[in-house]
Amino acid sequence: MAAIDKYEPGTSHFLLGNEAIARGALERGVNFVTGYPGTPSSEIVPALAQCTQKGKLHAEWSTNELAAVEGAAAAATAGLLSLSAMKNAGLSLALDFITHLSYTGLGPKGGACLMVVCDDPHGHSSGDETDSRWLARFATAPMVEPMTGQQAVELVKYAFDISQKHSAFVFYRGYTRLSHASNPITMGELPTDAPKASSDSSVSLNPYLSIDKHQDLLAKMEAIRAEFEQCPFNTYQGPQKPELVVVASGAGHLAAAEALETLGLEERVGLLSLATIWPLPTAWVMEHLKNTSQVLVLEEVDPFMETAVKEALVDNGLGTVAVYGKGSGHIPMTGEMTPDRALTALARIFDLKAPARDEAYERLVQQEVAPLVISRGLSWCAGCPHRASFWALDKAIKADARDAYVTGEIGCSTLDVFPEGKAQIKLLHSMGSGTGTAAGLGQLKPFGYTQPVVAVCGDSSFFHSSVPRLINAVYNQADMLQIILDNSATAMTGFQPHPGTGNTAENTPAPRLDVAKVCRSIGCEVTIADPFEVRATTKVMRELMGKPGVQVLILRRACELVRMKAAKSHPFRITIDQEKCKGTECAVCSRDFRCPALYLDPATGKTAFKEQICSGCGVCVEICPFKAISKQEND
Amino acid sequence: MPLSPDPYNLIISGIGGQGNILLSRLVGRLMFRAGYQVSIGETFGAAQRGGGVFSGVRISSKRLYGPIVPQGAGNMIISLEPLEALRMISQYGNPGVKALVNSEGIHPVAVLSQKASYPSDEAMSAAIHKATDQAWLFNATKIALELDAPIAVNIVMLGGLVATGALPLDADEVADEVKASVPPHLAELNLTAYRRGMEAVAGA
Repeated sequence: MAAIDKYEPGTSHFLLGNEAIARGALERGVNFVTGYPGTPSSEIVPALAQCTQKGKLHAEWSTNELAAVEGAAAAATAGLLSLSAMKNAGLSLALDFITHLSYTGLGPKGGACLMVVCDDPHGHSSGDETDSRWLARFATAPMVEPMTGQQAVELVKYAFDISQKHSAFVFYRGYTRLSHASNPITMGELPTDAPKASSDSSVSLNPYLSIDKHQDLLAKMEAIRAEFEQCPFNTYQGPQKPELVVVASGAGHLAAAEALETLGLEERVGLLSLATIWPLPTAWVMEHLKNTSQVLVLEEVDPFMETAVKEALVDNGLGTVAVYGKGSGHIPMTGEMTPDRALTALARIFDLKAPARDEAYERLVQQEVAPLVISRGLSWCAGCPHRASFWALDKAIKADARDAYVTGEIGCSTLDVFPEGKAQIKLLHSMGSGTGTAAGLGQLKPFGYTQPVVAVCGDSSFFHSSVPRLINAVYNQADMLQIILDNSATAMTGFQPHPGTGNTAENTPAPRLDVAKVCRSIGCEVTIADPFEVRATTKVMRELMGKPGVQVLILRRACELVRMKAAKSHPFRITIDQEKCKGTECAVCSRDFRCPALYLDPATGKTAFKEQICSGCGVCVEICPFKAISKQEND
Repeated sequence: MPLSPDPYNLIISGIGGQGNILLSRLVGRLMFRAGYQVSIGETFGAAQRGGGVFSGVRISSKRLYGPIVPQGAGNMIISLEPLEALRMISQYGNPGVKALVNSEGIHPVAVLSQKASYPSDEAMSAAIHKATDQAWLFNATKIALELDAPIAVNIVMLGGLVATGALPLDADEVADEVKASVPPHLAELNLTAYRRGMEAVAGA
């Protein structure tokens, strides 16, 4: 795909929602872009990093989301247009700074700042489906949310205008079905002027005298609300005297439009769609809701708009209007907004029959199709070093026999807890949390705790947020083994570079921070091993497990997908000796190790392998207890 | 040209890494260029790691539809893997649905770990035929491997789609788009994959 700055104004191209957000930022003249990868937000920074120009546009992967928002906000105080992108979980990490940034604003230099947060309703690629819209209320900050890809472009420009005019950062919310939907987008003009950055040292931006600043902030929010009352992206379609008004935002808008069309309700029901979701443009909303006696709110996950609409109805003497949605049970409290959900809710309210699948066909599917559909659980790729690392950990813990307890965190190592993982990690929450929780457990000896404690983290997570927790463990003298799975990439989200990889988001060289040196400088004992040397790795794990103090074991082996991108060929050719292979009697390589390339051939009862899946990593040679697998170096 | 039905809901499914997203974007671009409104909804991220992935491509001459295909509302299911075709049929199938399926199976890890068994080719083929109005099954992986390009399965399937005649796609325009979408040194290979897919379905 072409870099997004290559498209000519006036032409239309298929863009991913995240690329549309990036294009909008480019058209508005964004200068300073930061972020940390996290699905579904990860494509925004790379799309802009492809278009960087010295003195005009900088784009970076920051070490974590807190550093990202701080960098972006600072650039705005120096008069630039900045944008920071992250997923909902990352915004939580950045909140300490953001709540204070609301109080200070962006200063007098005329800069602007968007905090782009992408939520993942249904948790397609997340540990939770937390609704970050509440953080707009929490941080007393405006939030906008587009309904379509084209609107995503235009709304970025609008949000920058609001930010600049009010010296306030603006939350811009994406969600999976926007960020990862592709639509044809019509391109606008790209600006040519280069800005000049400087700081105004005559003013101090700090939150203190906080009561005064809080009052000023509330007044600023009212001024922004007044702007939102006029926002051209908030729309109403429908009759003058509707029997019901659907209030929709985000994915709710297109879902509602489709459901109204399917049920033939377009002449009877109004559709009020909001792009400015906080603060609510109350007067404009009430202008439309006063003409009806029923409201249905269509939104994903929490009743955020529903709460705001109910409050506004009561405040405006319209408390008798019936509000349907999450509270009434018409819309589920979890998961995505789909056309089916909108349809079901509307059909129930209007006592209509929702179209359903043909009964005979439904029976056919239940009897003849569904029984064949087995689940396809997630697993590590063929050649992934993590499979070998967790295999070794399993062996080491069993041999140690003291019921070692493993804590983990977010990334490809998380696949361990999925049904087809090795089920070693028993405590897992957030980025880097394995280290923090292990530091807690590692101090429980006085309470009779005797189990060895093992934390697992990835290399990107290590830099992201494990380091301060490791310092905590050293400082408070925890006993723990920290395993760092160093695969030289932020693998789960798409191989983005990080401080340990030696390059930047713009693909320029960067100082390469050495994980081992960082750990040693903190005061940890460091051992380095190759997870593909499975037996040696198991041995060293056993030795380090339960040793006093903070032990660090770095398991260093590049992500197979990263290696393949560089090498394009397989290191080894694999052959399986059908005489030596015990097949169904053993099955260690397929049933236990679960390399996706190895399987038991029902015809022979022996192990075979799928050439198109095998990465030629050769680790199976070490796994086979009967030396039936051998490897030959590829030319 | 009017579409029947409108919106037309195309589902493209497979396993992470099979090139399913590229295929959906190719079809989306072609239909957009032919004058239709197109929305593509994708799931990726964690789902790449050996999991099933699918895109919904919603095409309309009326207006822009959201990226989520309603349950039971699929018009054509293109699957790069037969088990995933069945998964999509159970969710989006209806008596009028058509299916274009690569018959080469990829075992889920649960099969390797002996927690589940993979259905036989015959059982999958029978179920696909029974639960669709029309179905085309052929081994696209075999064709791609013959070309020494396992990654070209998606382009073989694109050829198959054109041969089904399910969408108003012009064979030459599609060939031009394939050529424009791949690096120049891979153009000939992909065009061959495309033609082989067309022949396989036309001859089926």
